[in-house]
Amino acid sequence: MGYTVSEKILARASGNDAVNVGEIVKAKVDLVMIHDATGVLAIQAMKDMGRTKVWDPNKVIIVHDHVAPACTIQSAKVHKELRDFVKEQNIKYFYDVGEGVCHQLLPEKGHIKPGTVVVGADSHTCTYGAFGSFATGVGSTDAGVALVFGKNWFKVPETIKIKIDGVLKNKVTAKDVILLIAKKIGVSGATYSSLELSGETISEMSISGRMTLCNMAIEMGAKAGIVEPDEKTYSWLKSKINGIYEPILADEDAKYKKTLKFDVTNLEPQVACPHNVDNVKPVSDLLDVTINQIFIGSCTNGRLEDLKQVHSILKGKKISKNVRMLIVPASKTIYKNALRNGIINDLLDSGAVISNPSCAACFGGSIGILAPGEVGLTTSNRNFKGRQGSPESEVYLCSPYVAAASAITGKITDPRSV
Amino acid sequence: MKISGNVWKYGNNINTDYIIPGRYMELTDPYEMAKHAMEGIDQDFINKVKKNDIIVAGENFGCGSSREHAPLALKYAGIGCVIAESYARIFYRNAINIGFLALECPEITKIVQTNDIIEVDLTEGLINNKSNGKKVNFIPPPPFMLDVLNAGGIVSYLRKVDDW
Repeated sequence: MGYTVSEKILARASGNDAVNVGEIVKAKVDLVMIHDATGVLAIQAMKDMGRTKVWDPNKVIIVHDHVAPACTIQSAKVHKELRDFVKEQNIKYFYDVGEGVCHQLLPEKGHIKPGTVVVGADSHTCTYGAFGSFATGVGSTDAGVALVFGKNWFKVPETIKIKIDGVLKNKVTAKDVILLIAKKIGVSGATYSSLELSGETISEMSISGRMTLCNMAIEMGAKAGIVEPDEKTYSWLKSKINGIYEPILADEDAKYKKTLKFDVTNLEPQVACPHNVDNVKPVSDLLDVTINQIFIGSCTNGRLEDLKQVHSILKGKKISKNVRMLIVPASKTIYKNALRNGIINDLLDSGAVISNPSCAACFGGSIGILAPGEVGLTTSNRNFKGRQGSPESEVYLCSPYVAAASAITGKITDPRSV
Repeated sequence: MKISGNVWKYGNNINTDYIIPGRYMELTDPYEMAKHAMEGIDQDFINKVKKNDIIVAGENFGCGSSREHAPLALKYAGIGCVIAESYARIFYRNAINIGFLALECPEITKIVQTNDIIEVDLTEGLINNKSNGKKVNFIPPPPFMLDVLNAGGIVSYLRKVDDW
């Protein structure tokens, strides 16, 4: 009998020959990530367990990204407490203010390996599934348990296979694909399940695009979103990872809860409308929606490929006087690359505000807050009511191309028309 | 064991940004978090809620961010338990981990309204709406989770273990 990627990874990590759907297993984790919005509570859980040391200071990663730099006395205190913890515990990998968003940094700095188990005290930890790892978001206390024991309990999820075929048209991206999938599956349609994404569209897709897909698996309730590693993965990882790793692929006769097939050949750019991620419409249905703020960034779409797409539309053009556009590269490396390529300079000339790498406007906790009655268009991942500021504001989700084209007109705009 | 309280009823997909907005993630004191419970969807909630009140909701309660602030805010606001048709995975785990009761009952929204008084019998797996006499069964948490809940959360559960 065959097994899925998630089942095989959890079997190996729990020391079993095989595990079955629904079984609760205790599995070793290869990495625990906490950040400034969830880390202090994880440390508190560890201390409440009567523990003074993390299980392995080389396998704990701490990132200051959510409110970075600190913008209140309370967030400054949180940062300080985590910095003190880093020193006290000799945490090897600490990324302080300005380095970037956790889910960009961990792969970029070579921490994510195919076939591993990663827990992060952040729901978008599923991003690392783009490299064939079983990576899942947990709460602070669960992260605290993993900090102490180097393991945690997992219910072996069912796996939904998503097969995506077809060549994407110009200016149609991974973001449009995942919004389409969210529309089909719904915001709770994959709860407790793992998604395995495959097909010719995925094979052709860049690593950056695969990260966007896996990142949003949680928006359907999924426990993980996994792309099987291939030559593209191995070559991307080559310059970043020292040492060996053992990738895990699905068995040919693996058993899936269901298989969903998509043909994206004729897909047009998609937009998720307020206030749920599955409220998705084609861009052509929304051309009269007026926008006040555009945010380009986040662990979903703040990578170099995204900034290049934005640049390809905005170079030499000015954004509408009626919008403000905030661009936040997802990491310092991306920021430097975009500077070197002249992208940042051109985008500043177009009228963008560029800010340091961080989560920024994505979750409404620091910069780029929306006022009552305002409408935001964002390349990030959630459009819940009040997510980016006032509960009386509205948020639409889209690709970097749609965001850039809309910046010129001040209305939701089809990037194929500019 | 029985819990009874006044109901506050909400709809489907009550996400963690509704339960406690992102701007409060810098808070580390659960009593401070509690002051903002349900603020994203019901700004007056904290002024009207009383100890042991029960939140009833539809599908996918607690979806979105993994913030543990969400169940902590509800617990420290005095909420006796949440009863939802279904839960998002991370919220459910977080609730159990901090020793906060989250019960799954697919029929619950059909038999209760805001301000009804309901009684939850954990042993019998029965919810009794004292305001209209309607009753419905629920799925008891799995044994492992009950052990964790009875210990007061995973921290207390693991406190005495050397190697778990």
